[in-house]
Amino acid sequence: MFSYVSRRLLYTVILLLIVSLTIFFIFDLIPVDPARLVCSKQCTPSLVEANRHRLGLDVSVFEQWWRFLVGLFAGRTFGEEGIAITCAAPALGYSFSRHECVTTIVAEAFPFTLSLALGAFILWLSVGISLGVLSARKKGKFADRASSVFVLVGTSLPTFISGILVVLFIVLKFNLVNPLELGNWHNPFTDPFGWLQTFFFPCATLALAYAATYTRFTRSNVIETSSEDFIRTARAKGLSEKVILRKHTLRAALAPIVTIAGLDFAGLLGGAIITEGIFGLNGLGKLSIKAVTQTYDLPIIVATTLIASAFVLIMNLIVDIAYAFIDPRVRTS
Amino acid sequence: MSQFLEVSNLNVTFPTEDGDVRASNEITYSVGLGETLAIVGESGSGKSVSNLAVMGLHNPSRTKITGSAVLNLSSGPVDVISAPTESVRKLRGKEMSMIFQDPMSALHPFFSIGDQIAEAWHLYNKGSKKDGIKKATEMLELVGIPDAANRVNDYPHQFSGGMRQRAMIAMALVNNPALLIADEPTTALDVTVQSQILTLLKNLQKELNMAIILITHDLGVVAEFADRICVMYGGRIVESGSVEDIFYRPSHPYTLGLLNSVPRLSSGTSHRLKAIPGQPPSLIELPAGCAFAPRCEYVSRVTSGACLTQVPQLIEKSTSHSSRCHLSAGELNNPVKDKA
Repeated sequence: MFSYVSRRLLYTVILLLIVSLTIFFIFDLIPVDPARLVCSKQCTPSLVEANRHRLGLDVSVFEQWWRFLVGLFAGRTFGEEGIAITCAAPALGYSFSRHECVTTIVAEAFPFTLSLALGAFILWLSVGISLGVLSARKKGKFADRASSVFVLVGTSLPTFISGILVVLFIVLKFNLVNPLELGNWHNPFTDPFGWLQTFFFPCATLALAYAATYTRFTRSNVIETSSEDFIRTARAKGLSEKVILRKHTLRAALAPIVTIAGLDFAGLLGGAIITEGIFGLNGLGKLSIKAVTQTYDLPIIVATTLIASAFVLIMNLIVDIAYAFIDPRVRTS
Repeated sequence: MSQFLEVSNLNVTFPTEDGDVRASNEITYSVGLGETLAIVGESGSGKSVSNLAVMGLHNPSRTKITGSAVLNLSSGPVDVISAPTESVRKLRGKEMSMIFQDPMSALHPFFSIGDQIAEAWHLYNKGSKKDGIKKATEMLELVGIPDAANRVNDYPHQFSGGMRQRAMIAMALVNNPALLIADEPTTALDVTVQSQILTLLKNLQKELNMAIILITHDLGVVAEFADRICVMYGGRIVESGSVEDIFYRPSHPYTLGLLNSVPRLSSGTSHRLKAIPGQPPSLIELPAGCAFAPRCEYVSRVTSGACLTQVPQLIEKSTSHSSRCHLSAGELNNPVKDKA
């Protein structure tokens, strides 16, 4: 088990290095020159060169990547003496359009994204799994049909429609949330009610589509597992239906859900662009979309891309380790 | 020998869109403690269905069951067909157990062998988790798993097929049930392992004085192992009797066909195995007469033509031996000549 975990950890680190290098190469290929973008109207070739030097773009991609890696662990100083700005470790770069260390910007945005992702994750897992189990147990009955309507609506409503409907009715029409309060940050530990006001509806919107998919997935897994021979064995032993469902069926039926749930959650930690946009949440998704479309703030784009992929890789690792605990067959192979 | 299980006129029907599937049709049999009853027939003959009904393992919303199956417990007789679901559940594992054909898929892949056996024990016994594992280890020793103390923590995928079937047997017997239903317990196993498992069952039966119902299509297994045999065809029992009755005095053409399709080492001269022509009947639309009539080479012998119009009654040939055939006794020993 220990060797399994350490091997997987090593792979993850190597992958992260490869991914980050790839990101630097990709952004080097894009035909936009950040040095020219941050130049004022009276731009001269020498000013551009100076900017390029300040931005650290006058060295090879490898060198840029290396400086970035070193900065992650040791902090980094940008610019020349006198106007030098130091970002403490872990330094993700310096945004010249916002004149701030990228780490600070990301640290401001991340709580929004984490709140949204975590809230939605808990909502869709609890709704999806319980509805899925319910409709599997009541297969063909009213509860099953009602839940299949929910599945249909949930999967066919894109977030940008359901989100707008929520804003339109709940915020603007019924005023359940003050429109001016929309998107304000509240600390969930000191002000849980304020936090709920900001995040409940965005989380619900985001969770809707996922919950529908998870309902369908849980339902079919539970039905499939119920017809397995080992469930018949459990029944032949004399176990009650309740124990069979809770212990034997769900354990086997939900194991594959751990995999997708982990990856879906990781995907959201990189930022939920549409939901954040609709509800005015200044999370990672909004940050990166703004950096891409408006300011072309390369350090921010690099940082958010890297964070998103790091979450996917780390969640992947966690899922694999969790799976080894759930399924003994994985442990030995 | 007092009868422990008495099944009478048991009908099991699965309603489907195409019509009712009568998988078990007026089944009557009984088995006593220390005795082995073999139920023989080809796939789809309804061998397992009546026993799953005895165990109460059919989905009640998709099955219609009539008739009775009485367990003569020390506390008094219980009809498991009419008894409430919950009280039948409390007999499962305790008074009656079942092992299945495929030990590969019959054990839960996520729980250790010991946990699964202990789970069955904890249902009917008070004790700590440690006691459960201790009991599981004892059971694994009983069924001949070497190094049971260590193997008890293994998972099913770490066991071979034969060992898994042994573990299944250990689990089924952990509460010392009076009846064990073995549904093709050796079909999925290697031949050498098959005989080990059967010997094990036989020895355990002697030790624990259980009634065993052995469901199989393998006549070799039956000859070695059973006291009495029921031959099933098309959801009905077509012949039942002692091993000697069935093997030496078969009185139903289907039984004869089954016996002729088994290779014999003793026959000396090499001869072709005789297959029964045709296909088993659909259980939705059984023929009006004898279900075997369309495949039976003796149909022309019954001059009244009753084979195609009347379902034959179970006729007693002797106290232990009965058969469902219009043919009068003795005629079966006079084989039909090949036309060619």
